[in-house]
Amino acid sequence: MAQTLALPLGRATREAYGDALLVLGTVNPDVVVIDADLAKSTFSWTFGKQFPDRFFNIGIQEANMVGVASGLASSGKIPFISSFAAFVLCKGFDQLRMGAAYPRLNVKVAGSHGGISIGEDGVSQQSVEDVALACALPGFVVCVPADEHAMRAAVHAAAAHDGPVYLRLGRPKAPIVHEPAVPFAFGKAIQLRDGDALTIVANGLLVSEALLAAEELSAHGIEARVLDMHTVKPLDREAIARAARETEALVVAEEHLHHGGLGSAVAQAASLAAPVPIEYVDLGDQYAESGKPGDLMKKYGMTAAAIVAAAQRVIARR
Amino acid sequence: MTAAPAAVSVAELEEIARTLRCHVLRMIAAANSGHPGGSLSATEIVCALYFGGVLRHDPAQPLWPDRDRFILSKGHGVPVLYAALAERGYFDVEELWTLRQIDSRMQGHPVQGVTPGIEASTGSLGQGLSIGIGHALAARLDGRDYHTFVLMGDGECQEGQVWEAAMTAGNYRLGSLTAIVDANKFQLDGPVDAINSLAPLDAKFAAFGWRVIEVDGHDIAAVVDALQQARAGTDAPTCIIAHTVKGKGVSFMEHNNEFHGKAPTAEQLAAALESLS
Ligand SMILES: Cc1ncc(C[n+]2csc(CCOP(=O)(O)OP(=O)(O)O)c2C)c(N)n1
Repeated sequence: MAQTLALPLGRATREAYGDALLVLGTVNPDVVVIDADLAKSTFSWTFGKQFPDRFFNIGIQEANMVGVASGLASSGKIPFISSFAAFVLCKGFDQLRMGAAYPRLNVKVAGSHGGISIGEDGVSQQSVEDVALACALPGFVVCVPADEHAMRAAVHAAAAHDGPVYLRLGRPKAPIVHEPAVPFAFGKAIQLRDGDALTIVANGLLVSEALLAAEELSAHGIEARVLDMHTVKPLDREAIARAARETEALVVAEEHLHHGGLGSAVAQAASLAAPVPIEYVDLGDQYAESGKPGDLMKKYGMTAAAIVAAAQRVIARR
Repeated sequence: MTAAPAAVSVAELEEIARTLRCHVLRMIAAANSGHPGGSLSATEIVCALYFGGVLRHDPAQPLWPDRDRFILSKGHGVPVLYAALAERGYFDVEELWTLRQIDSRMQGHPVQGVTPGIEASTGSLGQGLSIGIGHALAARLDGRDYHTFVLMGDGECQEGQVWEAAMTAGNYRLGSLTAIVDANKFQLDGPVDAINSLAPLDAKFAAFGWRVIEVDGHDIAAVVDALQQARAGTDAPTCIIAHTVKGKGVSFMEHNNEFHGKAPTAEQLAAALESLS
């Protein structure tokens, strides 16, 4: 594939999470951070070192952590809780349901090591269902930032938002796709490129792959619009409606299972606004395995090349 | 083989433990990722189970219904288990060097149904003891006399599910179930006592109706003895608290939690293998 587009590698979004918490801690004394023995991996430790009084490393007990956050939020604090996404969402799900979503509390959940790009640790640590689970919690904002700039903005938006928020953090260094002063708001897609042949809707690490795919398609005379759909819920339905009407074909790309993630959300929105052909680039209905991140993304079909192929399929269906 | 392999001498067991440690270090170095500390602390425990005449198993029939079960609940310690399974003949030693590579059966954490000899998919801490209860109940229902062993980390015991399982196994009087705690005093972010202390761990298990045995987890004869006592069974489940050293056997990894989840460099590997020889 022609690699004309150079996207410099930035910090991992988990590192940017730590950066932003540090700033938040300074400006907002109500921010409290909890981790479950992964503080060095989630970078919540960045906050912990600076604000030891407002930092609790509670140990390996994710469900308890969510419950504690529920109590803190009920007493006026703004808890940011972190672990690997696979653990905090899967082990803490009922606690998130009863202790955050149902009472609409101000609990901010950061799930790190989203997707399979964590690599060698394998399936137990690879979160591929977190977006579906978080979307199944009424009232939750569900956000998958693509790069360090979007992640910092998302952390500040989460603190400012009154209600529960889920942020997915990634392990590897993430290509920079946004300006440092990215215009970021939950529920507002960011258009990174325009085109009329189709729209590629992506989030997380797949945004950079979408941009590479669009470049490749352009070389073949196919101009794609690219949307960073960082917020899966509430979805920017207007952006999807416009994309469906104006480009008449959609490709959705995400590092997640096929069911219940961005693809499902976009399909629902498009079906209401303007039904058009949609193709999906995701993990499908399976778990992955151990391996180098790049090899895994290739084997499981979440690359620019897979997006190009999906684009060709969707255009043929138009 | 339909019975426990014959016990070997303490000197031979110590030699096997050294071999397992070398395999662990080579595997993790080759993968350039993995968790040396918690494999090295558990080496004598795994060695005693598989080579000390404790486990009744048959590498040629990994799913033999009467086999003893060994569940590695602290799944990140799987390199030492793969090493033991390979040395016992479940698969070729050469396969060890594919740890954590794509298309390998040597997954980063244990996967049931993929690797021969692996009884449960773990890596999300806190779940193995419950699975062990299921095996022990099935033995009771089927009238089989196999024993079920579950190895946990001390940090892992912070998970609430461990205590739900402890309560259940105690109340069900599951004498065919043994929990082993690799008490190496560290978890991922630091010392267990500094993060969320479990002390007194012995009294906690005892209060849930368990027989508790404390042992020096690197004294292989003592570990074999404790496991055999446990396997002999009583009408209560047994908890063996094995006091261990994280990173045991490699001077610069001992008590150094930096090597919880970090691979040695090529130079560190050479130095480590040298110090083990
Ligand atoms: C549910 C869950 N939470 C967090 C982790 C990440 N993690 C992997 S190892 C580890 C520390 C385990 O400590 P311990 O049980 O004492 O094991 P050891 O020190 O023997 O390696 C943590 C928190 C995990 N694997 N599972």
